[in-house]
Amino acid sequence: MTSNVWEKHSLLEKNSILLLVGILLVVAIGGLVEIVPLFYLKSTIETVDGMRPYTPLELAGRNIYVREGCYLCHSQMIRAIRDEVERYGHFSLSAESQYDHPFQWGSKRIGPDLARVGAKYSDDWHRQHLTDPRSVVPASVMPGYPFLGRTPLDTTLIADILKTNRIVGVPYTDDEIANARLDLEAQANPDSKGVDAFLKRYPKANVRTFGGDPKQITELDALVAYLQMLGTLVDFKAYDDKANLR
Amino acid sequence: MTIARATPKLSFEEGGFLAFLGLLAILCFVVATKATDGPMAFHATLGVLASIAGFVLILRNNLAGFTAPPQIVDGKPNYNFGPIKFASIAAMFWGLAGFIVGLYIALELAFPLLNFDTAYINFGRLRPLHTSAVIFAFGGNVLLATSFYVVQRTCRARMPGSIAPWFVILGYNFFIVIAGTGYLLGVTQGKEYAEPEWYADLWLTIVWVAYLLLFLGTLWKRREPHIYVANWFYLAFIVTIAMLHIINNLAVPVSFFGTKSYEAFAGTQDAMVQWWYGHNAVGFFLTAGFLGIMYYFIPKRAERPVYSYRLSIIHFWSLIFLYIWAGPHHLHYTALPEWASTLGMTFSIMLWMPSWGGMINGLMTLSGAWDKLRTDPVLRIMVVSVAFYGMSTFEGPLMSIKQVNSLSHYTDWTIGHVHSGALGWVAYISFGALYCLIPWLWQRKLYSLKLVDWHFWISTIGIVFYISAMWVAGIMQGLMWRAYTPLGFLEYSFVETVQATHPYYIIRAIGGGLFLIGAIIMAINIYLTIRQGESEAHASAGLSLAPAE
Repeated sequence: MTSNVWEKHSLLEKNSILLLVGILLVVAIGGLVEIVPLFYLKSTIETVDGMRPYTPLELAGRNIYVREGCYLCHSQMIRAIRDEVERYGHFSLSAESQYDHPFQWGSKRIGPDLARVGAKYSDDWHRQHLTDPRSVVPASVMPGYPFLGRTPLDTTLIADILKTNRIVGVPYTDDEIANARLDLEAQANPDSKGVDAFLKRYPKANVRTFGGDPKQITELDALVAYLQMLGTLVDFKAYDDKANLR
Repeated sequence: MTIARATPKLSFEEGGFLAFLGLLAILCFVVATKATDGPMAFHATLGVLASIAGFVLILRNNLAGFTAPPQIVDGKPNYNFGPIKFASIAAMFWGLAGFIVGLYIALELAFPLLNFDTAYINFGRLRPLHTSAVIFAFGGNVLLATSFYVVQRTCRARMPGSIAPWFVILGYNFFIVIAGTGYLLGVTQGKEYAEPEWYADLWLTIVWVAYLLLFLGTLWKRREPHIYVANWFYLAFIVTIAMLHIINNLAVPVSFFGTKSYEAFAGTQDAMVQWWYGHNAVGFFLTAGFLGIMYYFIPKRAERPVYSYRLSIIHFWSLIFLYIWAGPHHLHYTALPEWASTLGMTFSIMLWMPSWGGMINGLMTLSGAWDKLRTDPVLRIMVVSVAFYGMSTFEGPLMSIKQVNSLSHYTDWTIGHVHSGALGWVAYISFGALYCLIPWLWQRKLYSLKLVDWHFWISTIGIVFYISAMWVAGIMQGLMWRAYTPLGFLEYSFVETVQATHPYYIIRAIGGGLFLIGAIIMAINIYLTIRQGESEAHASAGLSLAPAE
């Protein structure tokens, strides 16, 4: 009986297509079981109040975060562990990264977690820290990014960027796409006319200069705008974790 | 005596590649002129130049009267070694490049001044350059070289095509250049080990399909009834990497003339897909492929048959079945649903068994030949690599246990674990394979075994420095992050843990430096082997190598 099994295996050893099909079947199972249910089980993403897609300025800032590889040293995922919750705040919800293409949870903390860094420091602190980290945190090993403050933000493609995000599932409206550039400029300039319309589209979003010059929005302004909203959207006073037991 | 050829005829292969490269050149030219960003213009221009170069080379060879070489010479298969030679040299080159960048970023973490406040060489951009250079450029070229060699040898057949093998090797290395220069210019998808943007991913897909077809084509031409076990592993590696690469990189570009794209998946689903990919880049690229190397080169060098044929069958199927489940252990206690994370942990623990089955099969192949470890440093490097494989595949399941992971995750312990596998297993089995392969390909003796000895000992001390520094640093970080004062407050601020890590980052850099010195010794040895033996080779030029099996 057992010798038959070994003999039968020679069938695969003598036929490359059978071997190929066998391999494909065997390696497909794990992924199918672990990945596919995440797309249809409603419990994967919690229902929460306050989540909204990124504003154009925040999204532009996020692009810089991705470009500079910040995720290689900073996680954006507070685990449900006592010391993490005490250090960084409420553990991260799945809902909070539901518009993140790609996710930026990270895998290594050479620096601290950033999932709830928003509103913890002033804009000026962020600017100083990003430009010269060791001027505010002497023992930091973070690279300095002085060039961000010198580089004007490229906004030419911002509407296309929102449109692309809509294709992959972020619920941007036509209105939001059409006004992407105006919204981007309005968010960094509290004196501009577009602020009211912007706030109607993105309620409760931060509108301020983020410490920069509203006439010349830089990459630094966009990055600070992104960092300052991280983890601030969900209202945890209204969040019922029992409703999301899974 | 000249043979007049008024109208050189194009073979099907030549015509096909000429048409493909011609169209590609035009496509790249259009993209280059309409590019919306600098990096895209640069990469498209490289594309134009590379496709024109390929086009001209094929045409020139054809006009020079190139005809397909014979399949058999003197009754022996006429193996195609040219592309393999290129890939082995490329592996050595990229290996050195990757180790140098690795040492540099290690020093950046110890002395952040080295970032020089500039965009192009800051840690965030160099780190993907390091990981891609060592995994995909060094490891990838080793896999290409050895798989083409092993599959031809064990099938006793010349691989199909004359241009296609070169297309795979050069096309793959072109992908490396696009990916690497992209990182420095800030072109990245922001997914670990899958950083190259959409157009580089598409290019790699084309190259990879050609690779699969060539591999299968060689299997179809085989003059042996059975497909040798090493080829099962290579085949699983090629097919699974194709599946993982395509699904994890599904993305929509903002513009076909720009570099930026957005990932098809978001948040939790993207995290799951990413680590399904990420852990199986380890499982299939860095394990299955290199096990293929183990199953050919160790028996060959030890002149002993593989220890157990049945064990290799069990090893193969259980390894590829279990590995694919292990991804969620990267996501314990996160927003990933717990059922998925528990599944990941369970399968990771089970994975210990096939991993050690494979290790035993590799090590026991030496039974009756253990004395060779004293006299043959090349065999010693390969055997130590299998021992490191056993160690890191024990450590991996351990770290996948949730309670252990709660401490180890996000710390340098992970980095230590990765490097005991990457330096100890992947790099060592690669070094061993190259020390065997290069003398075989160029038909000459290795220049110096003494230098191999030096390489082995210096690198091994380097690895020990590296991994023990990272173990201590990682466990220390994990403990400090969760330490409480008697009054119930967190004891340390984050930056205090960064400060405490500083000495270990220096020790790690020293370890990496030693590893690099070892690799430089190897490069010199390889260079001298190829150069010095030239006269010796002339005598035997024209002779094909004897078949292996």
